[in-house]
Amino acid sequence: MLFTDYSFIGFLAVVFILYYTLPKKCQWPFLLVASYVFYFIASPSYLIFIAATTVSTYLVSLKLDKLETIQKEWIREHKGQISREEKKEYKAGIKAKKWKWLLVCLFFNLGILAVLKYTNFTIANINGLLQAFHSDRQLSFLNLVLPMGISFYTFQTMGYIIDVYRGTSTAEKNPFKLALFVSFFPQLVQGPISRFNDLAKSLFEVHYFDPKVVSYGLYRILWGYFKKVVVADRILTAVNAIIQNPDTYQGGFVFVGMMFYAFELYADFTGGIDITIGIAQTMGITVTENFRRPYFSKNIKEYWNRWHITMGTWFTDYIFYPISVCKPMLKFSKFSRNTFGEKIGKRVPVYLSSFVVWFTTGIWHGASWNFIVWGLMNFVVIMISEELEPLYRKFHARFDVKGKAWYGVFEIVRTILLMSAIRMFDCYRDVPLTFKMYGNMFTHFDIRALNAEAFLGLGLSGADYLLLFICLLVILSVSILQERRGSVRDMIFASGAAWKYVVFGVLMLIVIVFGAYGIGYDQSQFIYNQF
Amino acid sequence: MKNKIAKRAAALAVFIIVMLIALYLLQKLMMPKYMSDIPEGAMVEEYYQETTDHEVLFVGDCEVYENFSPITLYEDYGITSYIRGSAQQLTWQSYYLLEDALRYETPKVVVFNVLAMKYNEPQSEAYNRMSIDGMKMSSSKIGAIQASMTEEEHMLDYIFPILRYHSRWSDLSAEDVKYMFHKDKVSHNGYYMRVDVRPVDGFPEPEKLSDYTLGDKAMEYLDKMRELCEENGIELVLVKSPSLYPYWYDEWDEQITDYAQEYGLDYFNYEKLAPEIGIDYNTDTYDAGLHLNLSGAEKLSRYFGEYLTENYDLTDYRDDPEYAEVYAEKIRFYDEMREAQYKELEEYGEIISF
Amino acid sequence: MEALMEILENLHPEIDFNTCDTLIDDNLIDSFDIVTIISEINEEYDVVIPAEEIVPENFNSAKALYALIQKLEDE
Repeated sequence: MLFTDYSFIGFLAVVFILYYTLPKKCQWPFLLVASYVFYFIASPSYLIFIAATTVSTYLVSLKLDKLETIQKEWIREHKGQISREEKKEYKAGIKAKKWKWLLVCLFFNLGILAVLKYTNFTIANINGLLQAFHSDRQLSFLNLVLPMGISFYTFQTMGYIIDVYRGTSTAEKNPFKLALFVSFFPQLVQGPISRFNDLAKSLFEVHYFDPKVVSYGLYRILWGYFKKVVVADRILTAVNAIIQNPDTYQGGFVFVGMMFYAFELYADFTGGIDITIGIAQTMGITVTENFRRPYFSKNIKEYWNRWHITMGTWFTDYIFYPISVCKPMLKFSKFSRNTFGEKIGKRVPVYLSSFVVWFTTGIWHGASWNFIVWGLMNFVVIMISEELEPLYRKFHARFDVKGKAWYGVFEIVRTILLMSAIRMFDCYRDVPLTFKMYGNMFTHFDIRALNAEAFLGLGLSGADYLLLFICLLVILSVSILQERRGSVRDMIFASGAAWKYVVFGVLMLIVIVFGAYGIGYDQSQFIYNQF
Repeated sequence: MKNKIAKRAAALAVFIIVMLIALYLLQKLMMPKYMSDIPEGAMVEEYYQETTDHEVLFVGDCEVYENFSPITLYEDYGITSYIRGSAQQLTWQSYYLLEDALRYETPKVVVFNVLAMKYNEPQSEAYNRMSIDGMKMSSSKIGAIQASMTEEEHMLDYIFPILRYHSRWSDLSAEDVKYMFHKDKVSHNGYYMRVDVRPVDGFPEPEKLSDYTLGDKAMEYLDKMRELCEENGIELVLVKSPSLYPYWYDEWDEQITDYAQEYGLDYFNYEKLAPEIGIDYNTDTYDAGLHLNLSGAEKLSRYFGEYLTENYDLTDYRDDPEYAEVYAEKIRFYDEMREAQYKELEEYGEIISF
Repeated sequence: MEALMEILENLHPEIDFNTCDTLIDDNLIDSFDIVTIISEINEEYDVVIPAEEIVPENFNSAKALYALIQKLEDE
């Protein structure tokens, strides 16, 4: 069941109506039922995995909570009778126990993810090595299922258990509440990766029907569908035509494909998240924002603060910081400063943790070298821009361009181009081909090849291009408004009662008419045979 | 407070009504009109414009709507008839179109052309659409959709055709606006007229099939059609039109012959009777033997009309003033179209606008 | 406190750490800066700021950061 299936919209309508008509104390339990039904429809065999993750996390969180209580009791009982050292020692003992339990939980759950997602990738690499050493032996691939949303819910759940371990989150005593947090259906497909502290309150609260909240949610859903169905699914045709036929589409078209993909991915991903957040909002539930107009970023670091935010902060909080500030790393930091000198030595440890983060970010996106190289390319760009920082400072000290509008635009365009170029790794078939196409983009560039006829050969009509251009302008205008003046929905709702209906109605008709969905788009042409 | 809620509800109601109207208009605009191109698509809908009843109803694919001429049947025998046919109309679609027609009238004779029996599965979305979209909403239509859908199709796309045809937004033409609410007549009681001639010049040898048994789904709907006729006191006649292609195997013919015998139905294979009817495949077909042209259709209709008058208690409506008036108009349209087609043929050497 | 101010000012001379209390909220310092700060604090004060203490409340201002150091020293 995808967001764009009729059955999903039907499912939503039923869930929505029941959510507000059932007795209030049934609200969140009903959401749990709905989420499991959703998962069951997708595939009954997936249920065992999400249930295993939920149960194991629940049990470990209780254990961690119990250890915490034991510690508190002990301290209370022995208050005034023990020295600071004794207390410290006791605490360290408890912490070690907690750490063991946390590791068990992480190993078990990341293990499920690793086995299902990366086994065949590992086998492929081993086979490659075997071949390289002229061995005739080859391992056969396993037939594994990859449960829907497993990367998202595993990370969300692991974030929770680490929070409990750290004491920044309390353990949820009700297993069904935890189950709902893990499986909440709107965010199962593509995130965001929520934090328990952010989501829990509004997820389990009682919500009364509030027309304004519901209509804001509906607006958000509709805007998401507009981006996804009208824009992303339409331009996808052209993107696929280019990236699946690298022999046909060379030179300038590599660049065209790169930019089209940037537009497609933006519309698809932010649209999907809009739908997710909108659905939650219609039920009064607040899901963390995952994007903040990323294409207005002026550098790559800012971009990663505005694109797929919940993933970025997850990696920062649960991988980057723990690695960076663990004792061995601090020791290494000292060593590095003594060896390489203050300036460079200071950065080496940071880069090391950063490398780990981007490697895992890459492989989290998909089990292939394409994604790993994509992740590492991000790392390389960030490292280079970090190293060039002094140069930038000098440049800005000499030339006063920083607050100038044209310079801002330049920075934005530069960032978009850079990010789009890196993203070519998740387009082309494999890593060598991607590198080849980078070169090809320049060596085979021929402005005459970029003619109307060639563009029409990508599977889009002139009308489609015009429509996409208008949509681009609409999305851009809305983004500028949001950037400068805040919520566009606030503006619509403040401007007279009729407008909110008119805008909604028009947008809805646009989605229905111009959406690239249904059989008319699957089948390229109505068959005009005489019979 | 109460006032506010009432106001809100009213606004919402107005919004929903306006949206429904807008969607209805857009749907009317987006749906293919089948006026200048592939008129076959407009024929199923045209039936509902009929003001007079029919004693004979044809159901089937192109082998009925291009080969039998109801106007000739009326002119020569006073028989009132209508063809509920569409392109590649499958057996279950014929069944449901018959069921649909029975909501409006009960004919004395139903004629089913058996070529479609060769298909046991839904074939193509495009032909499904031409057979079903024209039907008025009814349980028969829902039945037809359920029986006809290919795997990638969806019931909602039929109930709300805008979900299917919205992709036509970039192909809209003046025709789509002109025929939004009213369409021109394209057929003569379901008959699609062509006057041009293209002689038969041979067909590829028919392939050998591994299994000649007619499919169970096709047979099931033939049974249902027969039972429906029995329930309504209608005589069912099975025919195989004298079209030479697609190939109608002797093995299939035998099965239909046996079926007709078992249930006491008449079955005629006019392909075998072509010489007796007087069909000349050099002059009586417009596409080298796939379909008859006007000359062929009139010959077949005269032959068939004679059989109908001899065997069934049909009324001669030429004496009925109400019918005579309606049919005078139909005959005028028939003659005009024939003249127009001949004129086009003379001018351009081919038929362009029909 | 002075040693901390020196660490911070070395890193970002353009920021006034005496008054600013939105270092994280306004994205004035990023994750790289935080790690650098933590490792220098480790040298200077010999305390280890654990990952779970890296939250905006502790890093939004020099004052908050100093309070954190003191708390950790106490333990």
